[in-house]
Order: sequence, then C-alpha cells, then structure tokens
Amino acid sequence: MITFDDVVKVYPGGGTAVDHVSLELPTGKTTVFVGPSGCGKTTSLRMINRMISPTSGRVLIDGQDVAGQDEALLRRGIGYVIQHAGLFPHRTVLDNVATVPVLLGKTRREARTAALELLERVGLAPEFAKRYPAQLSGGQQQRVGVARALAADPPVMLMDEPFSAVDPVVREQLHREFLRLQKDLGKTIAMVTHDIDEAIKLGDVVVIFRQGGVVAQVGTPQELLADPADEFVAEFVGRDRGLRSLSFDTAAELPVLPVPAELVLDEAGRPLGWKTGADDVRPTGGTFTSADTLRLVADLAILSPVGIAVRVDADGKADGITPHHDLADYLAARRG
Amino acid sequence: MNLDYLFDAAHWDFSAGSIPQLILSHLWYVLLALAIGTVIALPIGLYIGHTGRGSFIAINAGNAGRSLPTLGLLMLMVTLLGLGLLPVLIALTVLVIPPILTSAYAGLRSLDQRVVDAARGVGMRPWQVLTRVELPMALPVLMSGFRSAALQVVATATVAAAVGLGGLGRLLIDGLAVNDYSRVLAGAIVVAVLAVLLDLVLAFAQRWIVSPGLRVSR
Ligand SMILES: Nc1ncnc2c1ncn2[C@@H]1O[C@H](COP(=O)(O)OP(=O)(O)OP(=O)(O)O)[C@@H](O)[C@H]1O
Ligand SMILES: [Mg+2]
Repeated sequence: MITFDDVVKVYPGGGTAVDHVSLELPTGKTTVFVGPSGCGKTTSLRMINRMISPTSGRVLIDGQDVAGQDEALLRRGIGYVIQHAGLFPHRTVLDNVATVPVLLGKTRREARTAALELLERVGLAPEFAKRYPAQLSGGQQQRVGVARALAADPPVMLMDEPFSAVDPVVREQLHREFLRLQKDLGKTIAMVTHDIDEAIKLGDVVVIFRQGGVVAQVGTPQELLADPADEFVAEFVGRDRGLRSLSFDTAAELPVLPVPAELVLDEAGRPLGWKTGADDVRPTGGTFTSADTLRLVADLAILSPVGIAVRVDADGKADGITPHHDLADYLAARRG
Repeated sequence: MNLDYLFDAAHWDFSAGSIPQLILSHLWYVLLALAIGTVIALPIGLYIGHTGRGSFIAINAGNAGRSLPTLGLLMLMVTLLGLGLLPVLIALTVLVIPPILTSAYAGLRSLDQRVVDAARGVGMRPWQVLTRVELPMALPVLMSGFRSAALQVVATATVAAAVGLGGLGRLLIDGLAVNDYSRVLAGAIVVAVLAVLLDLVLAFAQRWIVSPGLRVSR
C-alpha cells in the first residue's frame, strides 16, 4: 500500500502544486490520478519514487517513509513508465529493457534473456530487440517503456500518461493489453492521465484532482459516475456518465425474450438479419453475449433497424432478444 | 617554388631532420597536447554540463581560447620557463582546451532532459547517469569538438620549431631562413595532408564509438 500522509508540495517561485493530500493506494490495484493540466498529478506521482520531495507530509510504501530510503535503491524497486516513453536512444530495445536488472547486479546476459521474454509479454516480436528506439513507432516505444518498468518485477509501478502519445486505435489496444497484464501481475500501480475515460476504464480507484493540487474526490469508477461529490467532479466525469456507467455491468442478468420468426437465421442458427418486408432482410448491426456489458446492449438496441438487441451463445447461435424498452425497464428496476 | 623538396627521396629516409622524422615529432606534440588538454577540459566540461554550475566558464572559455595568440603565449612561456618541450605543450594545450570544454558542456546541455530524467527515475546514481547515459548520448557533439581541436593543433604545432624544437614547422622556418621555398611548400603540404588524415582517422573512430541508435534519422 502507498500512503500519502498530508502531503504538500510548494515549488520555489511557483504556487502550491500539491495541497494537503492524504490518500491510500491499495496493494495490487490500479489507482489513477486524473484531473486538468497542471493540477499536480505528475508531482504527486514523482513524490512516490523521490524524484520530487514533499515540502511537508510523508509518502509511505508499506508503512515505510520513502524519505528515509536510498534514492537509487528505492527507484530500482519501483517501475517507472515516463511520459513519452523516455527511452535511452543509444541503447537497443533489448538493452533498454535490461537496464534495471543490470543496475541490480544481474549479468548482461541474464538480463537480456529475461528482457526478451518481457518484450513478448508486452506484445513486441523478438525482431524488435535489436532495434533502437528511433526505429520504433510511438506505440511500440510505449510498449518498450512498459517492459523496461516491468523488467525487475517491481511490486510497485508508476505510470505517467503511458498511453498519451498514440492514436485512439492503438491506445485502445494498449488498454486491453494493460488490463490483461495487470490481471496476471497484480501490481500496485499509480497511473496519471488527464483522460477521464482512460481513468474509468483502467482504474480500480480513481483520484480526481482539481486546480491547485487539491483532491476533489476519491472512489471507484462506479462511485464517481453514480455519485459525484460536487459540480466540478460531475462536470469532469462528463455528461454521458449515465450511459458510461453501463460499462460496469454485464448482460448476465438481463432478461431476454425467445427468438421471434422475424429474425432470419442460417442453418446453424446464427442470426443473419431482420425480416422487415416481403423479401427485405436488414443486418442486425451486431450481437452480444451474456458476458458483454450493458453498454454494448444499449448500443445494439439503438443501432438495430427494429430497436432490438440480439443475444447469441458461445457458438454464435441466437438464443434470445432484448427490445430497447425491456432494457430500459431493466435499468430502471436496477436503479431501484 | 616547386615540389622538388617534397619528392626528393633523400628527404624521406628517416634520418634526423627528414620528413618522416619531422612528422613523428609533430604528431608527438599533437598527441601530447590533445591528451593533456582532454584530461583537463573533459572533466571540467562534463561537470559543468552535468550540474549546470559555472556555465559562464564554459561559454567564456570558447571565446577566450579563440582570441589568444598561440605564438605570443609560447614566447611568454619561453621567457618564463626557458626553452624546451614544456612551454610548447602549455601553449598548444591552451589551444586545445576551449573546443573540448565547450563541446563537452554543450553536448550535455543539448541532451533531451527527459531521457536524463528517465535515467535517474530507473535508479541510476549520478555517476551512472553521466557515464551510461549522458556521455554516450553526447559523444557526437563531443567528437566534433575533439576533431576541431585536433585540426587546430596539427596546424599550430608548427610553432614548436620557432623555439628550436622539431616538428613540421622546421621545414617552414628553415626554408624561410635560407629562402628555400620548395621546402616551405613541402612543409605546408605535409601539414595539410596530416590534418586531413588525422581527421579521417577520428571520423572513423567516431563511427565506431557512437551508438548507431544516435545516427538513425528520425
Ligand atoms: N519544477 C517546477 N518548478 C516550479 N513549478 C512547477 C515545477 N514543476 C511543476 N510545477 C508547477 O506545479 C503545478 C503542478 O505540475 P504537475 O506537473 O504536477 O501537473 P500535472 O497535473 O502533471 O499536469 P499535466 O497534466 O499538464 O502533466 C503546475 O502548476 C506546474 O506549473
Ligand atoms: Mg504531468
């Protein structure tokens, strides 16, 4: 667990960057710092690995004040993914990833062997190992940055806007891989972003900062969407938070109706489309399974030519339908 | 004026005062001055570049060094210390220090500070940051400073002959003394060729020691 105990940071000649922040970042979970530019997110993050020292207050990792620890040793034990990757341009991808294990006393050989495995883990083919950072795309550099931070298998990871320098499609992909990796590894992660959607998607706990380095609200994504503490948070999490909150629940308990005759199926029972006229069949616009989110169901109901979302089983066979008014009723009942 | 002196086989026989022998003594002064100058200027330049402290020294050293007349300095040193290798080396070293110091400083200052920050962030100690990240990344700039120092000192080491030492300056001074312009021309040509060759060797060394990752065009 990482604890911020009444932490203040005042830059000489600058204003207050972090203002009496007290926080707990649970072990094995991802905590995301989010807020508008200049509100002290990076400053807070860098106080964890002593890249910045607090003006007053303490930062503790598992009860140990970081201020009392050897800077270099502390940092080697904390993975750090830097805004815009921060890779060493004169070192190959492999040697970039091997950096911390070598600092920790591993031989270059051992470190490289392990680094090669890590590259695969973050989705980079082995042929990238011998390349230099300048020969990679932005997304590939981000992956190397993550691999470098993971290399010494640190229990704690700090990530400063790790997915900011890539286009939305690649970001989406990196998000999926991040969630998959974190599910396997269960690191204690502190991540910074100014993208609330990213925070909601990746965070177990989200900390919303406001201007002046003040914490506006701490909570799970669900809590923030359902119950924003004030105007600022409500504004910040956005107007479509009702729709977005549907991302947290699956369609497992959503009731369905039997498949009607208007739904045209192929011989294996897979939906082909809706019969809307004598020989007029329109595509369904997609299907969901009971593991998908309610947001997808809502989306399908809106897209469907007849306002009905189609559920399929694991084999892709149609096994039920949900008209949008049934979905609305279900959501209303769920709200209680 | 002609090339007779240069192409006379008798001047290439390795005897005292022959061209090969003058080249060797010339190179010896050059290498000594470069070595001493590097040992003095590199740490100072790196220190200033790494810490950012005393940058005015690095900036002014460049200007001061360029405006100092080497021959004048040499005469002053001879007056103070008497004849010998020492005053020559001092004068040449003073010539070598500014470009090396300035390039070491500028090389470190021009680095992407986010990368230096990353080096600290992954847990390198200050010395490791300098030797494993800053220095390798600054090498291209550093080498260009070193090469310009080498070129200058090859040309200027001819002053050694003015105070009775060897080196290719002998051809110039002795040639002028006896109105043997063929010999003067030979001296000028050999100095020029030596400068070009030395620069080639250094260019090759640079290719070899600078990481390919820094050569990749972005
Ligand atoms: N070294 C510094 N000296 C003075 N002021 C600083 C320094 N670093 C940051 N600040 C100020 O402290 C405040 C918080 O900065 P910080 O970098 O933590 O913001 P941030 O939330 O990470 O912003 P962004 O989303 O733009 O990265 C800002 O007002 C910034 O101008
Ligand atoms: Mg920031």
